[in-house]
Amino acid sequence: MTIASRDFRELRLEEISRDFGVLIALSKISLTVQRGEFIALLGPSGCGKSTALNCLAGLLPLTGGAIWLDEKRIDTLGPEGRGFGMVFQNYALFPHMSVRRNIGFGLQMQKRPRAEIAKRVEEALALVRLTGQGDKLPGQISGGQQQRVAIARAIVVEPPLVLMDEPLSNLDAKLRLEMRSEIRRIHGLLGCSTIYVTHDQDEALSLADRIVVLRDGQVRQIGAPETLYMRPASADVAEFMGYRNIIAAQASGNAAGLSVALAGGSLLGTAVDGAAGPVTVAIRPEDLTPSPDGPIAAEVITAEYRGRDFYGVARADDGTELYFRAFERVGPGARLRLAAPAERVLIYRADARR
Amino acid sequence: MQREETIGAKLWASLVWLMVGLFVLNLVGLVATVVVNSFGTRWFATWLPAGFTPRWYAMAWNEFQLPAILLVTMEVVGAVVLLSGLIGVPAAYAMARRDFPGKKAAMLLFLLPLLVPPITYGIPMATVLYQLHLAGTLSGVILANLVPTVPFVILIMIPFVEQIDPRIEAAARVFGASTLQLFTRVLVPLLTPGILAALLLVLVRTIAMFELTFLTAGPDSQTLVVALYYSVFAAGVRPGQSIDAMAVVYMIATMVWLLIALRFVNPTQIVTRAKK
Amino acid sequence: MSDRIGVRLRLARRGMDGLTLLVLPAVLFILALFVYPFLYGLFLSFHPMKGGTFANYIRFFSDPFLYETIGTTLWLAVPVTILNVVLSIPVAMRVRLLRRQKLLTTILVVPITLGTVLVAEGLLNYLGPRGWFNRVLMAAGIIDHPLMLLHNYWGVFLSLVITGFPFTFLLTLSYVTGIDPSLEQAGAMLGARARARFRHILLPLLTPGLTITLALSFVQAFSVFPSAVLLGAPAGPTRVISIAAYQAAYEQYDYSMASAIAMIMAAVQVLIVVALLVAKGIAYRGPASGGKG
Repeated sequence: MTIASRDFRELRLEEISRDFGVLIALSKISLTVQRGEFIALLGPSGCGKSTALNCLAGLLPLTGGAIWLDEKRIDTLGPEGRGFGMVFQNYALFPHMSVRRNIGFGLQMQKRPRAEIAKRVEEALALVRLTGQGDKLPGQISGGQQQRVAIARAIVVEPPLVLMDEPLSNLDAKLRLEMRSEIRRIHGLLGCSTIYVTHDQDEALSLADRIVVLRDGQVRQIGAPETLYMRPASADVAEFMGYRNIIAAQASGNAAGLSVALAGGSLLGTAVDGAAGPVTVAIRPEDLTPSPDGPIAAEVITAEYRGRDFYGVARADDGTELYFRAFERVGPGARLRLAAPAERVLIYRADARR
Repeated sequence: MQREETIGAKLWASLVWLMVGLFVLNLVGLVATVVVNSFGTRWFATWLPAGFTPRWYAMAWNEFQLPAILLVTMEVVGAVVLLSGLIGVPAAYAMARRDFPGKKAAMLLFLLPLLVPPITYGIPMATVLYQLHLAGTLSGVILANLVPTVPFVILIMIPFVEQIDPRIEAAARVFGASTLQLFTRVLVPLLTPGILAALLLVLVRTIAMFELTFLTAGPDSQTLVVALYYSVFAAGVRPGQSIDAMAVVYMIATMVWLLIALRFVNPTQIVTRAKK
Repeated sequence: MSDRIGVRLRLARRGMDGLTLLVLPAVLFILALFVYPFLYGLFLSFHPMKGGTFANYIRFFSDPFLYETIGTTLWLAVPVTILNVVLSIPVAMRVRLLRRQKLLTTILVVPITLGTVLVAEGLLNYLGPRGWFNRVLMAAGIIDHPLMLLHNYWGVFLSLVITGFPFTFLLTLSYVTGIDPSLEQAGAMLGARARARFRHILLPLLTPGLTITLALSFVQAFSVFPSAVLLGAPAGPTRVISIAAYQAAYEQYDYSMASAIAMIMAAVQVLIVVALLVAKGIAYRGPASGGKG
């Protein structure tokens, strides 16, 4: 395999900002990407993740900050001068060119010899498992195949960095899982640094080496997938990462052992950035389970079967609604006592939320 | 897309904008020259007329049958708008909702009068109207003007109908609406913006339609634009300023409706017709 | 009775129900006032006032005063069309980047709406030897004597640019804006500079639309009539084919000959349009978007 990624040490974003008049889409984002890293930009729609990607690509000029590729400042270059690869959300394949010409376009622009282009295009086709489809037009192949062509077109120029803008959002659920492992496989083979924009936390968790959570144009947390999953830095990141129980409560005790009073009961918890006083508590539904001597008494409202377990909503005696997991069938109206392990009850300062 | 900052790119952009600017400047110049002249007392070898007066409008009004011409124009335009709406909208509805054998042929039939220039088909059409003793009459002028406007309404309306989800109609049916109720309570309210846009554009086009009216009108059935042509053609018979006064009246009559129409449609639609 | 129901059912199955009948008035109207007159005109053109079946056509092609009108019209229409299309491409390329396009498109739709008669009247004042156009050029010291732009070829040419360019431009703009912007972005990401993006991506995708624009603009220009009379020299250099047809019908009352000329006019237009479409057949035909989205 001769397709590789161009050598570099690191890509640095230094406080990059972008505003559209009064609307601030990105505010002082800083990030350093190592060679070979797979970074996911994760956030809800409108959080600035696509703006960040377009700024990185050069499709949108910055209004502040700088981008460095090793010692070279690149934010002053246009998109054609940066040499990055990009996979667009709608693939953006040139509809009038064959698959082969689409993939070879970047090499053609670099004025490479024809024989070299043909050879590398063929390798790229093999890499994305499309050998033999090279003469078709994009309109004649399926969505998944178009996606593969878009990836091949981006990596064949051996870019230092590949940018992907929600590349799987146009695919159906089954194909999405298949392409996800495909992207993983190609990244493993080539080791090309990748920045991947998505609003899907599963995608980010399964693909990325590091995840950057964006909200309102600001970085909320940067960390490994495990960290984000187990120990979100703030209550709103927790909410986005699937902590569906976000409850205001009162904490007492000291840093060694905090207990929170919520939903008519008292739970031991782990302080992330909280101390005694008013706090916000975050608990994943799967961590809140029935237990005969659990501290919180509640009545089941609904519960649904999810294959192995049951997930449901219960109302505590003080009226708080709680998302929980049960191991056996519980019906509406059933009384339960719920408990959660102390290390899975995360406590944040109340004012840190939003 | 970030624009390129090279000197060549900037130069090229300036050149393009310069060209657009010159075009618009000349356009404004030619319109302004008509307006200024229509108010001028005497204009000879100077930048502006010697003085300004409204009397050319009075002259056009009193001596050149402007009221009669305006009345004819209104009658023609009103009838064309109404009839093309009545014939065109239902046809557009059927074209958008049904697949029937010969639909492609019908589409071609509606496209042709818009693609073939009026002067080309106008002469044989006028010949037929003369044989039916309709040419030279108001009805003849109205019929001639309907030839391009009926297809125009159809092609504008088809996308408007298509964007209404057929399930809305199905829902109305399920809840017990009769065909008439379906039309009056559901379709007409939903289609109103489209109908309004199409008919306003028909209105503007009919005021400005020269060739077909010219070929079929008699002395009593001239619209404003044809009367304007005859007075420009016979320049010298009338003072130039009074011709320009008439031209200004024509411009206002057209522009007012155009501006109203542009509230409902994109300017490009006037040219691209059914293209969406 | 059952037979009638059967017929109705069978028709309905093919899409012919009451609703479909709504299209009938419009179809009949166009058949009666567009198709029939055209066929009648064709028929009439073969029944000349004197002479054999083809006498009109023979007369047209043997009388230089008549057949030269084709050349005269083409000599106006072809350069004007090419100029308008060539100018409209770079302008449309710029305007598509504009966020407030509506002001410019509104200004440009004005001359189309006002029509050729008013533009002719305006140009008669504006381009005259004492009009503002010559005045500005003389004041700027560009020329010494007023340019003679009226009652000759240039008067008609300029009026065709004034009414034709906006038409061509708006059509081109609608095709240009129909191209998915992410395609050009993808080109840029792959290292293509502006010129290469235009050549390899935009132009091939525009070609079908430009062909249609060329055809429509040409047909418009070829049927020039009022401005050729008012701004040109209708007896000489701008005696276009529609003037010949008009004179045959309304001055000599020879409807047969007029129909023949109208048919020849239509034939020339069809010929050129077909030639353009055949040439276009070589180009890519299909959607100008980058994916299924």
